[in-house]
Amino acid sequence: MLKIDGLNVSYGSIKALSGVSLEVQQGAIVTLIGANGAGKSTTLRAVSGLVKASGGTVFYEGEDITNSPPHVLVQRGLCHVPEGRMVFSNLTVLENLYMGGYRRKRDAKFKSDLDYVFGIFPRLKERLQQSAGTLSGGEQQMLAIGRALMSSPRCLMLDEPSLGIAPLLVKTIFEKIAEINRDLGITVLLVEQNANLALAASSYGYVLETGTVILHAPSAELRANPQVREAYLGG
Amino acid sequence: MTLTISYQLFLEQFVQQLLNGLFLGSIYALIALGYTMVYGVLRFINFAHGDVFMLGAFSGLYLNKWLAPMLTTLPWPASVALVLVLSMIICGALGIIIEFLAYRPLRDKPKLNVLITAIGVSLFIEYTCQLIFGATQQPFPVLIPKSNIAGIGGLTVTNVQVIVLVTAFALMLGLRFIVMGTRLGLAMRALSLNPTASSLMGVNNGVVISFTFGLGSALAAAGGILYASLYPSIEPFMGITPGLKAFVAAVLGGIGNIPGAALGGLIIGVVETLVAGYSQSLGVPSGYKEGVAFVILILILIFKPSGLLGKVEREKV
Repeated sequence: MLKIDGLNVSYGSIKALSGVSLEVQQGAIVTLIGANGAGKSTTLRAVSGLVKASGGTVFYEGEDITNSPPHVLVQRGLCHVPEGRMVFSNLTVLENLYMGGYRRKRDAKFKSDLDYVFGIFPRLKERLQQSAGTLSGGEQQMLAIGRALMSSPRCLMLDEPSLGIAPLLVKTIFEKIAEINRDLGITVLLVEQNANLALAASSYGYVLETGTVILHAPSAELRANPQVREAYLGG
Repeated sequence: MTLTISYQLFLEQFVQQLLNGLFLGSIYALIALGYTMVYGVLRFINFAHGDVFMLGAFSGLYLNKWLAPMLTTLPWPASVALVLVLSMIICGALGIIIEFLAYRPLRDKPKLNVLITAIGVSLFIEYTCQLIFGATQQPFPVLIPKSNIAGIGGLTVTNVQVIVLVTAFALMLGLRFIVMGTRLGLAMRALSLNPTASSLMGVNNGVVISFTFGLGSALAAAGGILYASLYPSIEPFMGITPGLKAFVAAVLGGIGNIPGAALGGLIIGVVETLVAGYSQSLGVPSGYKEGVAFVILILILIFKPSGLLGKVEREKV
């Protein structure tokens, strides 16, 4: 579905990624874990065209999409939910969801997708006319994911969905991610600092350290790996 | 008895000044909208905006000249509408071209570079126009045959003034519809809140920015024609002062806030006219009206920098 091959990204003279390679199989949930500043977000930003890759290739559904602009990728079903949620704070919840489906006709399928989002996140339906900035952190994350679903994606890249959210809601959100993957068959690339959560939710994992993949294996194996346990799972 | 008469006279005069201010203010509002919309999507002040206002007046003049054979066959409301709409289209296109040539290459550079470029663009347009149109005042054609509308009591209102006000408000309502009721308007608002997120939603930010420039410039052009209809003498530097005042209006309303710009424009127009009208009682020369907007600017920057309707930007992390 998504294949990254030797990706390099630099911010000025600082090298953020050097030769990152990873692969996400269709229908899977794959996670990318690592410490703060390891390059997890940068990897997603490079894939979705928010930062320029200085080297390497990104393949999506078999086609080279390296350095394609974000608005083109959304149309092709690759959607990125950025770190910090980035909901449109002065727009209403409904307007945010409409923005998610910006490229789509508002037809019956659009309507049924909207209903699906309300089905998994009923709280959004209760707050339709409220401006998004007044939502709690967890609700904003729900909105960010719901908004992404409105683009009718085939592959969803989620950046730190647990960041700054009440623990109870984190659980709900991860359940919903699994549900979306199961029900809609949407492939998920999940970036998380919370490695426990991420490895429990995913089938395969990559460990990123200072811009390089140092380890990758099925998530269950990573959870048992002493090196990973010590560095990322709290011993 | 004398008291009632002088009170009535005072009231009449006051209402007259208020109306005059409203006519002028509605034009400032049209220009201010362009400043505020461009600020909304690009976070910079397009100092060449006042010159687009001037170009609007000149395109009105030349269209009227070139299309004269056709326009004379039309009833005047149709010919006014035609000249107005064509000027708006021409200047809208010019706005898009200005953005594309001058500002787009600087998109990822510091904002100060763009700001300085805007001043350069402004001077470039002014002096190019001086070269083309000449530096002298030119009479603006009478698009609307003038007649006094019999007012209540001693009020004098001309049909030109009423048409200016109605047109300005109609355009503002039209803009409101585009911004609040269309897909592109939604994209404009989303882009102004978070350009990264809007691009991730599939918005081609470049297209929306072009559209915003086009829209703002079209409104400025309409402002130019309406202004020239009220004060029918135009020259290449006519955009500077109204442009600056409209900029103040946008700041007064809260830069980036569309209803704020409209409100700010009306307030500046009214206050300016009142100061001119009551300059004798205030004990200042009437020429001081030109400074009123800037006094307001200083006050607003001291006491409410976010403007009347502007919100302090705040985001949950």
